Formats: sequence, C-alpha cells, structure tokens
Amino acid sequence: MNALARTFEAAGLATVVVNPMPVWGTRFGTPRTLGVEFPFGHPMGLPDEPELQMRVARAALDLLVHAEPPPPVVAHFDEPWPGDFDIWKRAWHPKEPSPIIRWMREQAALRAQQQREGQ
Amino acid sequence: MVDSFKWLPPTLKGYFEAMQIPAPESVPWTPLAKPLSEARIALVTTAGINVRGLEPPFDYEREQTQPTWGDSTYRTLPRDLRQEQVQTGHLHINNEDIARDVNVAIPISRMLELEAQGVIGSLAPTNYSFMGYQPDTTEWRERYAPEVAGRMKAEAVDAVLLTPV
Repeated sequence: MNALARTFEAAGLATVVVNPMPVWGTRFGTPRTLGVEFPFGHPMGLPDEPELQMRVARAALDLLVHAEPPPPVVAHFDEPWPGDFDIWKRAWHPKEPSPIIRWMREQAALRAQQQREGQ
Repeated sequence: MVDSFKWLPPTLKGYFEAMQIPAPESVPWTPLAKPLSEARIALVTTAGINVRGLEPPFDYEREQTQPTWGDSTYRTLPRDLRQEQVQTGHLHINNEDIARDVNVAIPISRMLELEAQGVIGSLAPTNYSFMGYQPDTTEWRERYAPEVAGRMKAEAVDAVLLTPV
C-alpha cells in the first residue's frame, strides 16, 4: 500500500493512508499516514457502525488538509477498538491459514522431521 | 499512539519488527491544491474485492499453489457500488465483515455522505481495489500504480484516501 501511495503522490495526487500498522508509514516513507489501532481487515471500524467509520474518514481528511511537510507525516486516531481484544486478536484471521502460513508450517514440520531422522 | 503490532501473533510480530528496510531516499509530497469542499477524492483499498459479474475476482487459485506470489492487478469499484455486488476472497484476513458492510474496508457510503454535506467536492466516479499480499511490489510500482494514477487524473481526482487491510 505504501508503494501505491508514494507513486500516486509523486504523480501529483495528495494521499492519505489509514493504516493499522502506521510504523510502515515511517519506515517506507509514506507521505501521510493515519494510524488506527484496529484489527486487520477493518481500517474504517466495525460493520454497520457508520458513526465510527465517519469519525475515521473525517480524521483522515483532516490530515490530508492540515499535514505539514516534511513527510513522512504520521498521526494517530485516538479512539480504541470498541471490540474485545481477546476475541478480535483471533477474529481477524482467515478461517483457513493463508497459503504462505501453511507453507511455512509445512517447511518447519519438514525440517523437524529431517532433524529427527538425522539423529 | 497506535501499537502497530497489537493484533499480530508473536511470531509474525517478531518477524516484522526484525525486518530490515532501507530508509527511503526521499518522500514525495503533493499539497492538496484546492479547498476540501472543492476537491475530488478517490478511494483505494487493498481488500482484494471486485464487483461480481463486472470484473473477475483476483487470482487466489494461483496463490494457493504458489504461496510466495500475490496477484498484482487491480479492479475498479464504481461510486454507486452496491453491497450485494461486492465479491471478497482475500486469503490473509477474515472477509465476513467486508461482505456484510464494505465500508469497513473502503468508505464509499461515508464519502457520498460527505459529498452530500459539502465537506468534500465529490467522490470520484471510479475507485480501486488491489490485493494487499504483495511479496514483490515491482509490478505495482512500475505498472499498475502509474496506470491507476493516470486514470485518476483523467477523472480530475485531486486526492486519494487509501485503506490497507
């Protein structure tokens, strides 16, 4: 996403990224980032909660208007996630592990098996 | 201050924290050239959604067989997108809430409300969806992002609100 924002900005479009991992805004050099401490898949908040979504949208637009260079500019949305942390730290994950996670687990199992056989 | 690693399991958190990223040489900067109330805003998400029946889904089948590859193409989302048109499939998140209310990932309804209130000039006719799992961003940087930037400028877009998932 940071690569997209940087390219758009360089093409003459003002950008703002609403990011659950605002650290990337600094590390990759994204012009404007609004950090939201929301679980992945939910940058704008909860479904059917238009008031929360609107507060995030307005905060992002506010950054677009008022951010001052030099970039990268990183601001933080100050509302906590309204859901329960212990539920949501699991709920954002896909029902099945992603292909790369599955592959990494298979590789780890393979290495463990090879180690056992080598002993 | 937002904790960027709050929702990650410990293994992924350690991986991301240890990641070596060269500091960017420079950061581009384009000021918003007109008052927000006159500006045209486009939305871009990385939720990997598409309009059912209008454009094909992202290539999630290839990613299943080639886990270090991610579809770098993009899809278009009209400003009159209806919830029942939204097709999800991103393999790295739970898509249920996006399938229920797409505004959790791309705030089309909220921007239309802000347009009606006169807070923004307008929401662009066309908005865009990418798929965020990109082990290699070369095609984004060299092909698709410049292409989308060109399409936005052709639609007189002034600013872009991006929402990675």
